[in-house]
Amino acid sequence: MADTPSDSIDVTYVADLARLRLSTEEIATFQKQLGDVLGYVSLLKEVDVSHVSLLGDADLKNRLRADEIRPSLTAAEALANAPKQDNNLFVVPKIIE
Amino acid sequence: MDITSLTIPELRAKLSSGAVSSREVVDQLAARVAAVDPKLKAYLHLDVEKSRSAADVADTKLPLGGVPIAIKDVINVQGDPCTCASKILQGYTAPYDATVITKLREAGAVFFGRTNMDEFAMGSSTENSSWGSTRNPWDLDRIPGGSSGGSAAAVGGHAAFAALGTDTGGSIRQPAALCSCVGVKPTYGRVSRYGLVAFASSLDQIGTFTKTVEEAALLLEIIAGHDPRDNTSIARIVPKYTASLGQGVKGLKLGVPKEYFIEGIDPEVGKAVRAAIDEYKSQGAEIVEVSLPHTPFAVAVYYIIATAEASANLARFDGVRYGKRAQNPKDILDMYGRTRAEGFGAEVKRRIILGTYVLSSGYYDAYYNRAQKVRHMIAEDFRLAFQQCDALLTPTSPTPAFKLGERTQDPLQMYLADIFTIAVNLAGICGVSIPCGFTSNKLPIGLQIIGPKWGEETMFRVAHAYEQATPWRKEKPPI
Repeated sequence: MADTPSDSIDVTYVADLARLRLSTEEIATFQKQLGDVLGYVSLLKEVDVSHVSLLGDADLKNRLRADEIRPSLTAAEALANAPKQDNNLFVVPKIIE
Repeated sequence: MDITSLTIPELRAKLSSGAVSSREVVDQLAARVAAVDPKLKAYLHLDVEKSRSAADVADTKLPLGGVPIAIKDVINVQGDPCTCASKILQGYTAPYDATVITKLREAGAVFFGRTNMDEFAMGSSTENSSWGSTRNPWDLDRIPGGSSGGSAAAVGGHAAFAALGTDTGGSIRQPAALCSCVGVKPTYGRVSRYGLVAFASSLDQIGTFTKTVEEAALLLEIIAGHDPRDNTSIARIVPKYTASLGQGVKGLKLGVPKEYFIEGIDPEVGKAVRAAIDEYKSQGAEIVEVSLPHTPFAVAVYYIIATAEASANLARFDGVRYGKRAQNPKDILDMYGRTRAEGFGAEVKRRIILGTYVLSSGYYDAYYNRAQKVRHMIAEDFRLAFQQCDALLTPTSPTPAFKLGERTQDPLQMYLADIFTIAVNLAGICGVSIPCGFTSNKLPIGLQIIGPKWGEETMFRVAHAYEQATPWRKEKPPI
């Protein structure tokens, strides 16, 4: 692809972006497998896309709705699946020192 | 009397006449599941007592009154688990009903079990489930297809009357083909996605698994329609799909895309699909060859767009609001990183990484934008083809069911299982897989009928004409 230097992928770096901690074995396996997949998808380079615009469909319109209060989950229901909660809030590790 | 092989209209007739009660239906189905599911492993969760209680109060005058329906474990049913076959959602209880569930409830359906799937619907064999693989009812050493493999195996194995599944790149049609059921992927926007755990939001659509085309038309009539809670669902009148059946195919033009009959397709599959095309010709349809020139790029486009959307959608699984959280995190980043590492399986991790990569700075134009442009060209191919014909006929899957473990080490080979189904999702059109025969070793083969946007009536009409002229639906699985 024109502006891609190569079809290489730095799995360690991308996994960090995705907030995914991988083992050394996983990194090695994925590096190989995703290299194969990227090699395969590089066949899209063959397609001439110069005439295609992605400005969207002219007949697509935003659909707006009235801003009305409607019944929804209670706080207790919304918190029912939380791994950790207290005082009607989700609890997470301390973020600010 | 074995009622588990009945179709929904046959079952309803028995319920209406009082020949069987809705509780007895649940009990007999539960007995069938107890007998076959230890081998099939189609169900992840089944609360028979709860289904029985629902059956006791079911109004059998309603269109699905007292009919048990199995639900893929990716659609929320209030009070039931919804794990998406992932460890990260272990212990999760759905706090609300998906819109399709509300509609089925209103039609009198009884929810019966949660069916197995590839984790977060990512896969083509159901081997990516965190809770073990489902087996094919026609050969227990083989995969049922995926990602909705549990729904397909349950319906194909007569361990469910009907089931809901989801189709992002073929996840209903491919397993339906491999398990000899009817599997429908409706037009994008036909069915509300509210309450469906999102994988790739521009491709996902909820659809049905049934034994027959008539049942599929009946179910889609019930679950389709605009939903204010899903702005991608479209406000169009839902036709009475069952009324489109029985008109035959005389006068219809059916297209055969030459790019779908390629080298590498299993010879027995090719032969069965050719025979189906001949059957349509003998029924009076005009067969026309058409071309969908960008077909060879569909899988590549899909694995960029679907993974990009998945990487964004699955960011919500972070151990904060629901699901699993890693023990004793030392800070928030440690919590995110380990929660996701422990909670997701290998294929989900692979796709999150690929999706994050194709969206990342410096690669976005080369991968994601280019893929969107080719997607547009694929949709344009179909638009032009449907100027020449009313529906398209293709194989659903290039091969019959493969053996468990055969492709798990090679993700690319697994991705190619969907080469005939993926373009339909990219174009947002509709498709159905119906049984069209068996291989010499008795593995099911599927015929895919593709319709244009909002072309479900023609799609069902075409599917029904073939189904009624052929014996395949009467074959019972050996299990």
